[in-house]
Amino acid sequence: MKVGIYPGCSLTGSARDYNESVFALAKAFDIELEQIPDWNCCGATAAHNMNKELSLALPARILANAEKHGLTDIVVPCAACYSRLVVTQHELHHDPELKNRINEVIGLEYKGTTNIMNVIQFVDKFIVDKLESKVVKKFNYNVACYYGCLMVRPAKILKYDRAENPQTMDEVMRKIGANALDWNYKVECCGAGLSISKTDMVAKLSGKIIEDATYHGAEAIIVACPMCHSNLDMRRKDINSFWKTKFNIPVIYLTQAIGLAVGLTEKEVGFKRHFVKVDLKSA
Amino acid sequence: MSSGAHHQEDNSLAGKVRHNTQVHAQRCYQCGKCSAGCPLSADMDYPPSMILRMLQTGDPVLEDKILRSYTIWVCLSCEMCIQRCPMEVDIPVMMDYLRQESNRQKKVNPKAKNIVSFHKSFLDSIKYTGRLSEILLVVDYKLRSWKLMQDVILMPSMISRGKLHFIPERIKGVKSISKIFSKVSKEEKK
Repeated sequence: MKVGIYPGCSLTGSARDYNESVFALAKAFDIELEQIPDWNCCGATAAHNMNKELSLALPARILANAEKHGLTDIVVPCAACYSRLVVTQHELHHDPELKNRINEVIGLEYKGTTNIMNVIQFVDKFIVDKLESKVVKKFNYNVACYYGCLMVRPAKILKYDRAENPQTMDEVMRKIGANALDWNYKVECCGAGLSISKTDMVAKLSGKIIEDATYHGAEAIIVACPMCHSNLDMRRKDINSFWKTKFNIPVIYLTQAIGLAVGLTEKEVGFKRHFVKVDLKSA
Repeated sequence: MSSGAHHQEDNSLAGKVRHNTQVHAQRCYQCGKCSAGCPLSADMDYPPSMILRMLQTGDPVLEDKILRSYTIWVCLSCEMCIQRCPMEVDIPVMMDYLRQESNRQKKVNPKAKNIVSFHKSFLDSIKYTGRLSEILLVVDYKLRSWKLMQDVILMPSMISRGKLHFIPERIKGVKSISKIFSKVSKEEKK
């Protein structure tokens, strides 16, 4: 089975671990992931903060390329890219004049026919049915599933999970044996794109998330967004010095956790690339 | 009042916001849920509900303060405010417009200069390679912001973990990307 993928820029760099685990997991379930040919950056926060047309044109070019190559289903592992692609599709669908204008800007015909999935939707559609029978090593830890912002908000546009206490990731984690905890910071913001320009704010916000997860007894925080991961993992030193703490809870991608449960090795899912050591006592 | 008054051009900032984004600031009844849910309202000069109130007054002095505010740049676009707004005032969309207007009118708050430098460096990388190269972003940002030593300490560990590439990837269609950059409108809707 073949499914399209839009990796997005961070999966080729600072989120290589996420990329490796997504591809390894797909392979374990006989899914071939095909990258959208010659994909470009979605523009992220920078584009929509600085120029509205640019923030629509960049995702439209990506989607037009997917359409041109017959990729009807695409998985977008990065929550920020996912948000930009879905929001673009939504805006252009509701404004035909704007759609024509953007088509003129990108010099391609964007139709808006692609089914855009975040990584949880991808797991739900292609993996979940076979999941329980494939689990060889239960992931039986207490986990805090952290959704962040852009996978659930704005719910009216994404039409995906509920915005205040989402459950989709928790349900998948339970299927592989985890104890998904109730906690308070599931959908709070990690500080996102201010990581470099306002590191202290990221340390403040991400620290609160880690503290609440720890307080509720989590042994790992499960994420599905490379920005959340880099703020909670790569920025851990900044967080600990800002809050004068020594949090050492690991931050694990959903795809890494599922991968381990179905028998992939720690190397295959990319644990060695983490900043905070993943030291899960064997179950 | 004649109904013609209704169609008169509204030159207030709230009017421009409405014209360009369909976000109607007058709908806000000051319940304050946006400011309560905003993760950074304590770090802002005016919390989101205050920005809406300032827009509602139509006072040019307050409008100028909005465009010069730190608030509009430190806003994370986390979408919590719109999610909780009982009147569905799309504050994030409004913030995008206010930022662009602030930048156009050269009123960017001095405390926000680094944030704007970061966005510009980010867009430079896309313009010249088609993608975000983290190394280009960091170098370009250091030169724009003069924060030369920031995060240097992270680099060796990023390299040893294979998370930093020194050679930016350039997509084949990079020309089509620079065309997009030159074609997009830099002006507001007339």
